[in-house]
Amino acid sequence: MRPILQVEGLSKQYQIGSHEAAYFTLRETLMQMFKPRTRAEAKHIWALRNVSFTAQPGDVIGVIGKNGAGKSTLLKILSRITEPTTGRIDLYGRVGSLLEVGTGFHPELSGRENILLNGAILGMRRAEILRKFDEIVAFAEVEKFIDTPVKRYSSGMYLRLAFAVAAFLESEILLVDEVLAVGDAGFQKKCLGKMRDVSASGRTVLFVSHNMAAIEGLCNRCLFISEGILSGDGKPHELVTRYLAAEAAPENAQRDLGEHPGRRGGLKSIMSRVSLRSQSGNPASAIRMGEGISIQVDFDSPNAEIRPSMDFCIKNNYGVPIFTASSRVQKQYRFEAPLHKGSIVCHLADLPLLNGVYSIDLFFGEDYQNTDLIYDAISFEVIEADVFDCGQVPPANSGTIFWPAQFEMLATDVEKVNAARYSD
Amino acid sequence: MQCASMSFTRVNLGGNIGIPLAVSEQAIIEETSEVERMSFALPEAPLLTIAPTRGWVGLNLKDVWAHRELLYFLTWRDIKIRYKQTALGALWAIIQPLFPMLIFTLFFGRLAKMPSDGIPYSVFAYAGLLPWTYFASAVNNSANSIVGSSNLITKVYFPRMIIPAAAVLAALVDFAIAFLLLAVLMVYHHVAVTASVFLLLPLIAMLTVLSLGIGLLFSGWTVKYRDIRFALPFLVQVWMFATPVIYPASLVPQQWRWVLALNPVTGIVEGFRAALFGRPLPWDFLAYSGLFTLVILVYAAYSFRRLERIFADLI
Repeated sequence: MRPILQVEGLSKQYQIGSHEAAYFTLRETLMQMFKPRTRAEAKHIWALRNVSFTAQPGDVIGVIGKNGAGKSTLLKILSRITEPTTGRIDLYGRVGSLLEVGTGFHPELSGRENILLNGAILGMRRAEILRKFDEIVAFAEVEKFIDTPVKRYSSGMYLRLAFAVAAFLESEILLVDEVLAVGDAGFQKKCLGKMRDVSASGRTVLFVSHNMAAIEGLCNRCLFISEGILSGDGKPHELVTRYLAAEAAPENAQRDLGEHPGRRGGLKSIMSRVSLRSQSGNPASAIRMGEGISIQVDFDSPNAEIRPSMDFCIKNNYGVPIFTASSRVQKQYRFEAPLHKGSIVCHLADLPLLNGVYSIDLFFGEDYQNTDLIYDAISFEVIEADVFDCGQVPPANSGTIFWPAQFEMLATDVEKVNAARYSD
Repeated sequence: MQCASMSFTRVNLGGNIGIPLAVSEQAIIEETSEVERMSFALPEAPLLTIAPTRGWVGLNLKDVWAHRELLYFLTWRDIKIRYKQTALGALWAIIQPLFPMLIFTLFFGRLAKMPSDGIPYSVFAYAGLLPWTYFASAVNNSANSIVGSSNLITKVYFPRMIIPAAAVLAALVDFAIAFLLLAVLMVYHHVAVTASVFLLLPLIAMLTVLSLGIGLLFSGWTVKYRDIRFALPFLVQVWMFATPVIYPASLVPQQWRWVLALNPVTGIVEGFRAALFGRPLPWDFLAYSGLFTLVILVYAAYSFRRLERIFADLI
C-alpha cells in the first residue's frame, strides 16, 4: 500500500543560550551590532535529528519518549506550526491537528459561537461545521448550555465541547498531542473511542501520549523518540517496554541505607543498601501493572555473624500496608548459615497492584527479633497497563489491587438464554 | 503460593470497548457510518510537501484564500468580545473620536480660532478624527495581534496574515459605527452633501489597505522586538499631529507643504473631508498615498512571510 505520509531526514534545530529569553529587544540587537561576534555564545540544540518514517492509511501510530525528547516538535512540524531545519515531508492527505483541546476558545463567547470559531480555526468550512453542529453538541452533551458563555461551563463541559469540535474534523491525517492528560476518566474513554473510529475509517492518527496503556491499547505501531532521534519504530508493546525501562530512572532504583532517615532509632545499622530490579533484571524504579519486581537488600555485620531473616512491607501512597513478604513465615526460606555479609533478594512476581507509588518498609533481623528497621526505605512506581487486554485500565480508585475474575451467568430462564445464544 | 503463580487471562471483549455508557452512542454510530462511507483515494502527487524555506518566499495567497472564512470568524470574534461586559457597549466606538473632538473644538476651535475651511470646527475635526481613529486603532491592534494570539500560533496552522487582517477589519466596524455620529453632526450643522460623497468608499478602502500594510509590518517586528508595543502608540500619537486631522492642510505654509505630503495619511484624511464636504480632492496627495499604500503593502506582506516561519519558535 502507498503511504499517506512520508517523512525523510527531518531535523529541527533550536537556538538557546544567549537568546534564551526567546525574544530580543531592539537594544540587545543594537548592542550586538557593536560587539565582536562571539559565536560560542549561542548554543544550538537539535530537537529532532534525522527522523524518517512513513505511515499507511489506517495506521494509528503512538509517539512516545521522555519530556523534551522531540515528540511535540515532530507534531508541530507535521502540522506546519514550525518549519523543519532540514528534511522533507510529503503529505498525501489533509492534516488535522489537535495539539491542545480548545485552541482558540474564547471564554466570553457562547458554546455555539465557540463551535463556529474553533471549527474555523481548525480548518473546517462554515457549511461543514453547520452540518455537523447538532452532532457536535450531542457528542459534547452541552445542549442546555449551548448559548451560555463558556466561561460559565464546568471544566468537564468545556473539555467535552472542545474535543467534540476537533473530533469531527474530516482530515485524513489526525495529529493528537496529549489530549488524555486532561479530563476525567469518562472523557478520556470518549477520546479513545473516537480515535478508534477514526482509524477504523482508514484515516491515520499520530498520537503523542504518556499514557502507555492507551498507546498499547490503541496503536498498531509506535515511534520511540529519544533525545531527538527516532530510536525505535515497531510494535507498541516492545517499544513501550523499552521506553519504560529507559524511563524508570535507574538512578532511583537503589538507595544507600547507611544514613537513612527512616531508620528506627537505637538500632544497629546492618542493612547497607537496597536496590530494585524489574522482572527483566534491569535496575528499575517503575514497573507496569501486573509485572514483577525484585528487592535486594545488602547487609553488613562486621562484629557478629548473623542468620538473617527479613520482612518486606509494601505500602501504598497513603501509608496503608498492602502486604508483607516475610521470609520468617515461609519455612523454606530459612537461611541457617551464619554470615557477616551478604544480600537477600525478594522476588515479587506478577504484582496485582494498581497504578501508583508504593513504598517499602524493611525489617531485618534474626528469627523474630528485629535488629534493623527502616520505614519507607525506597519507593517504586506502578504504571498503568492494559492488564485485561480490553483497551481500558482498571480504574485507580476501584480498590487497593486488581484481580482477574471469572464470571458466569446462572439464569433461571434457560430458554431465553438459549435463544440469545443461538441467535448470534 | 498464589501470588507467584497468578497469570492474567487476556480477555478479549471485542473492539467496541472503551466507549463509555454515558456517551450518546447515537452520535458515535452515526458518525462512524458516515466516516466509513468517506472512502478516500490517495492522490498521486503529495497534497503538500513540507520542507525548510530560506529568505524571501512566495505570499501563498492561495492558502490565504482557502482560509477566508477564518478571517471572517476572527473579525467577528474581535468585534463580539471587544465591548463585552462594558456598560456602554458599542457606544465606545463613537466616544473614542467624540471626546478628542470635543476637546479640540474647545481649545482649537473656540479658544485658538483654528481655521477649518469654512466648515463648523466640530464637524471639521470629527471628520478628520474619524478616519484617523480608524487608522490608529487598526495599526495599533494589528501590530499587537500576532503577539496577542500566541496561543493560536503555537497550536494550529493557518496563514498568519489573517490575524492582523482581522484586527484591521474589526477596527473598520468601529469606524462604521462612529460614522453614524458624523451623519448626525452634518445634518445638525446643515452641511450639504454632494455626489462626491461616494468617493468616500475608495478612500476608506485605501485607508484600510494602508493600515493593513503598516499593521502587517509592525506585527511581524513586534514578535521579534517587543519594544514596538511601547513605541508604537507614541509614534501613532506624534503621527496624528503630523497629519492634517485637527487643522487643515491649508494652514501649513506653501514651502512646507511637501513635508506634509510625505505622510501617506495626509492625502487620505484631506480627501476624506473633501469628498464629504463637496470640495475638490487633493489628487496629487492622493496619487502619492495610493502609490505608498501599494508599495508598503507588498513590502510588508513579503517581510511578514519572511518572519512568519519563526513566529512559533519565538513567541
